[in-house]
Amino acid sequence: MSTRTFSVTALPGFATVALVAFVALYAPIVTMVVYSFNGSQSVAVWGGFSLEWYVRAWENTAVQEATVRSLVIAASASLIATTVATMAALGTTRTRSFRGQTLIYVMVNQPLMVPEIVTAVALLIVFAAVRVATGWSGLGFLILAHSAFCVPFAYLPIRARLEGMDLSLETAAADLYASRWQTFRHVTLPLIFPAIIAGAMLAFVISLDDVIITEFVKSAGQDTLPTYMLGQLRRAVTPEVNAISTALLGLTVLLLTAFFIISRTRD
Amino acid sequence: MSRTAESEAETARIRRNWALATPALLLLFAGAAGPLLVVVVYSFLTPGDYSGVEWDFTFDAWVQILFARDIFDDTLRLADAHLTIFWRSVKLSLLTTLACFAFGFPTAWFIATRDRRQRGLWLFLITIPFWTNLLIRTFAILEVVRNQGLLNTALMKLGVISTPIQILYTDTAVLIGMAYVYLPLMVLPLYAAIDRFDFRLLEAGYDLYASRWQVLRRIVLPIVKPGIVAGSILVFVPSLGAYVTPRVLGGGKNMMIGNFIELQFGQGRNWPLGSALAMVLLVIVLVALLAYVRAANRTGGVDVH
Amino acid sequence: MKRLYLGGIAALMATTAATTAHAEGSLNIYNWGNYTSPELIEKFEKEHNVDVTITDYDSNTTALTKIEAGGHGFDMVVPTHTYLPIYIEKDLLLEARPDQMENFEHMDPQWVDVEWDPGRHYSVPWQWGTTGVAVNKSAYSGDPNTSAIWLDTPEELKGKVNVVPEMQDVMSLAIMYMGGEPCTSDKEVLRKVRDKLVEAKADWMSMDYGMTERLGNGDVMASVNWNGSTFRARVTNPDVVYGYPKEGYIVWMDSIAILKDAENVENAKLFMNFIMEPENAAMISSFARYANGIAGSEEFMPEEMQTAPEIVVPEELKAAGKFNQTCPQEAQDLYTAIWTELQK
Repeated sequence: MSTRTFSVTALPGFATVALVAFVALYAPIVTMVVYSFNGSQSVAVWGGFSLEWYVRAWENTAVQEATVRSLVIAASASLIATTVATMAALGTTRTRSFRGQTLIYVMVNQPLMVPEIVTAVALLIVFAAVRVATGWSGLGFLILAHSAFCVPFAYLPIRARLEGMDLSLETAAADLYASRWQTFRHVTLPLIFPAIIAGAMLAFVISLDDVIITEFVKSAGQDTLPTYMLGQLRRAVTPEVNAISTALLGLTVLLLTAFFIISRTRD
Repeated sequence: MSRTAESEAETARIRRNWALATPALLLLFAGAAGPLLVVVVYSFLTPGDYSGVEWDFTFDAWVQILFARDIFDDTLRLADAHLTIFWRSVKLSLLTTLACFAFGFPTAWFIATRDRRQRGLWLFLITIPFWTNLLIRTFAILEVVRNQGLLNTALMKLGVISTPIQILYTDTAVLIGMAYVYLPLMVLPLYAAIDRFDFRLLEAGYDLYASRWQVLRRIVLPIVKPGIVAGSILVFVPSLGAYVTPRVLGGGKNMMIGNFIELQFGQGRNWPLGSALAMVLLVIVLVALLAYVRAANRTGGVDVH
Repeated sequence: MKRLYLGGIAALMATTAATTAHAEGSLNIYNWGNYTSPELIEKFEKEHNVDVTITDYDSNTTALTKIEAGGHGFDMVVPTHTYLPIYIEKDLLLEARPDQMENFEHMDPQWVDVEWDPGRHYSVPWQWGTTGVAVNKSAYSGDPNTSAIWLDTPEELKGKVNVVPEMQDVMSLAIMYMGGEPCTSDKEVLRKVRDKLVEAKADWMSMDYGMTERLGNGDVMASVNWNGSTFRARVTNPDVVYGYPKEGYIVWMDSIAILKDAENVENAKLFMNFIMEPENAAMISSFARYANGIAGSEEFMPEEMQTAPEIVVPEELKAAGKFNQTCPQEAQDLYTAIWTELQK
């Protein structure tokens, strides 16, 4: 046997490329984060550590309103989507296949298959007509649109959990003469609860991040944080946008970490 | 249980399942599927003056996808401009998929070959960019490729160039942006496939005196092919319908299908054409997905999650 | 857990209601991007206790499309003079009668009886200016006073030129370059214009807006642009110069009007009257760096605006400026067709 250790799994150059990829993935983001604390305006010059841009963004009323609006929409959409998705998951898993089950599956996951721009123009057309007909142009349109495309993101984790679940506990409950509702409330629900929370968080993040659909569907003065940033991007690339992006990034990382921890404890 | 009692229970069960699924169906019909039907209808109408449509049924929009009537001599020609946009979209999407594969395969391999404890961390690191707002990621690339951005400033400081290289507003910028944005989508399914790969096969290959390249080509690639297909579809489909990235990095001149569709609802003032184009995009995407499902079923299915 | 979640949403919704309910009324203005002085808005908000929201657009066509589609939620819009008659014809504007408002006396008499809004029954001047060419001296040292910069791009500028996607302006400039009269329907001339535009496009880098920043930070080296925007770019980047194309350039005026389906008509009228005050009109001009239509506002504007090359037209180029009217429908249709072809 040769004394040189032979790694079975190493392939030529792969580790290098992988590390380059990681660096390339994070470099722009890290740069953006770092420069959001930059005292000077340009990327080329470092003007000392400063929270100026965060303060400016914080005091900017347009940003404040957009942030609140984003959060409200995300929370509402996530709540609606998760509720609806949980019910749908309960109705389509662990059951002998019935006619139309595939249809339900396709409908529920449809936002994953249709390009966002197509949905965006479709909603633009329909909502414009409704707005003209009813004269109403509240936040409801945005919440409806967001709830719809968040459903698959809530549905998939819950469905995965249900499929992997052991039926014996529920059978035991039934054997003890528990009603269907009681079984659900005291046995099934607690068991799938982590998955529901995970689905809700995913839905929240997805709604928070949406750009295209919101951009097309919104009315006057209904900017969300991403659409506000899109508007800014088409003009100046001020460090203020850097600051907002970093803050949004921070929130996403927080939520994701929570999601990972919850998934871990479940296992 | 008697037969009728059984079938009664069965019907009750099915009814219950449908009842549970109905809210989801209604929500998605109102907020996604229903409007799509409206788009199909609109593609057969006539454009209104500045916006909207006139309810005059016509095939004009569909004809306009490929043909254009010359303004001055009224002849029907092939719409080169449209074809350019389609070609650019397909070309950029294919190149993006290739770039993502070139970087994504080694990355997935790397993660899958770390020891179990480390792996969670690497996966987490790959997932963060994936869940980061698309706009933020596009913006980050903008900062890098601008004339006064990271790349040009670094190259100028190193003395490699004296005036900034114009990358922004070119097809290249869009390609870089899309590859950057969709890379994690290639890595995750590849990782899933490699994770399931039996590394003892590699040992066997080496025992038979195969070189690393031969092992890669003859053993690894064929087995992880479903993962490659999944990753490619996951990158190709969204990049074909990309809107934000080409808009921000392309400067309005290098349009892809998504931007072109948007144009029809804005300055282009041709909602029916926009609707028809949206349908075309949808069909292409569905065909690609169908191909994937076929391929996945043939090789025993791939779990993308 | 669920209760906590619901409670959280309730709190968030309350906050939304709170942040938007602190003023007595609201006003939704739809205006060009980077065209409204934040100071002006703040002053108006304080004086009249109104919450103002500005949404921006980047071209007349985009604005008209959105307004015509309905359900937009805006109260006021700021179209260019060539588009105002279209709005009036489509019955989209409220006959607000600014000529009967208190501050109307301040309006510069030459802007009162204009062809597109005789006697000013619908609109009040916002700003006026010219459309020409902006060039970065460091990239090109030749004469900037020509449309050849973007139609017959010199070698040094190939691949670095931007053209703002404002159809009316671009078409007029191109037609005059090819020797025609703006608003012409002459198919021979238009065919040449179309061919020239399509040919020139190959040398362009982009067709985008936001040139104030992009020229300022060097992302763009030359562009078809408006004078005020170029002025502001020059303030950040002294290498930028404004050129008045000698083949013909455009003079235009934007005016603010109230939309027929506006919700906040009273506040909109207050705003109209507000900006006819010389001091306030000066604020608008100082921000965007264009001239305005209110007499007596000059004394409130910064010194440099009196002498800036972007505001003061050189003697020899004065004749080349054309203040064209709304073109006849036939011409418009042809232009739209050419423009659509170009945009692809």
